[in-house]
Amino acid sequence: MNTNRYAAVGVFVLIGLLCVAYMTIKLGKMEVFNDKGFELKASFTNVSGLRVGADIEMAGVPVGKVAAIDLVHTQTQTTALVTLRFERDMELPDDTIASVRTAGLIGDKFIDVAPGGSEELLEAGDTIVDTEPALDLGSLIGKYAFGGVK
Amino acid sequence: MTHFFAALGRPVWDALIFMGSVAIFFCQGVQQTVASSRIVQRTLRQIHVIGSQSLFLIVLISLFCGMVLGLQGYYTLIKFGSVGFLGSVVSLSLIRELGPVLTAIMLTGRAGSSMTAEIGVMRISDQIDALDVMDINSVSYLVSPRLVASVISFPLLTAVFDVVGIVGGYLTGVALLDMNQGAYFYRISSSVTMTDVGCGFLKAVVFGLLVTTVCCHQGYFADKRRDSVGPEAVGNATTSAVVIACVLILAADYVLTSLFL
Repeated sequence: MNTNRYAAVGVFVLIGLLCVAYMTIKLGKMEVFNDKGFELKASFTNVSGLRVGADIEMAGVPVGKVAAIDLVHTQTQTTALVTLRFERDMELPDDTIASVRTAGLIGDKFIDVAPGGSEELLEAGDTIVDTEPALDLGSLIGKYAFGGVK
Repeated sequence: MTHFFAALGRPVWDALIFMGSVAIFFCQGVQQTVASSRIVQRTLRQIHVIGSQSLFLIVLISLFCGMVLGLQGYYTLIKFGSVGFLGSVVSLSLIRELGPVLTAIMLTGRAGSSMTAEIGVMRISDQIDALDVMDINSVSYLVSPRLVASVISFPLLTAVFDVVGIVGGYLTGVALLDMNQGAYFYRISSSVTMTDVGCGFLKAVVFGLLVTTVCCHQGYFADKRRDSVGPEAVGNATTSAVVIACVLILAADYVLTSLFL
């Protein structure tokens, strides 16, 4: 087998591997090098439409992703515990508000994080207390149409 | 009455014999991978045939495929005012479905048919018997390197197909139809997950094994055909290899998709 053939195989394998790497790391978001960031938790009464992998935005800037959504039962109520994975280091006060928002009228759900003004900071793993649940458009229209609004 | 049952039973019997023979052939090929002498050189040679020489074809096909997806997606999505999702449409359909399937079908035509013809001609000109006489295992000499080469080449070519296809979608969507460039790439990276990518590669590996096994099997047993003998048998074997491989690719695609989605 001559050298040219080896070279052709080499070029082919190289191009192929580059494409594989691009797809797994860039598109598949395989986190190889990323150890920055931290996790917080937030419990919501309703996260309808929110999925794992949804964006976390702060002032409209994506700062992380939803890592997990779990169901938590207590004696009085059942809530959704959302794990928020922030992909950059930042300081959040303990009166930060997390709310489930919709991009546009029918777009994807995302978490909007609005920092408060408290002196106390949240540590990694803490739970955000102030949350706003997902807005249910159907029940809003229902309230309006059937006179729930005063 | 007996004739009726015989007419019913014969095709089933033949199909069972065929499936069993393909399965045994595949197992021999895999088993001989370890025992094969000079497998590295012969595999490299096959990667050159299956992979390197198909690279240009795959780039060409995937570019046009991505461009068509971009056009079709654009004119469909603009009706709903959500052109921003073009990136998701192009990348997900390429990575999940079109990439593995079209790559496998193109490679069946490009590389699979030549495998069948090559091995078939060796069979009818008694070269395979000559190999066995010289105590060279013909399966390990002819089939195992091709199996290994396709397991390497199919996923790599699928990856090339996906990436070039996304570039093709970019060309029509962003360069030609003036869609927002940032939205295109943002949608791609936000909608594609590791599961999609991994599932696409798994499909590519399965298709590679299927295509190679069927094509080598048809060539290897070209002399056992009932419908024809000699050179005609090689021609018929090549035809049926391509047809069976294409049908199996799409059937396996359905099974894999329903298993993993």
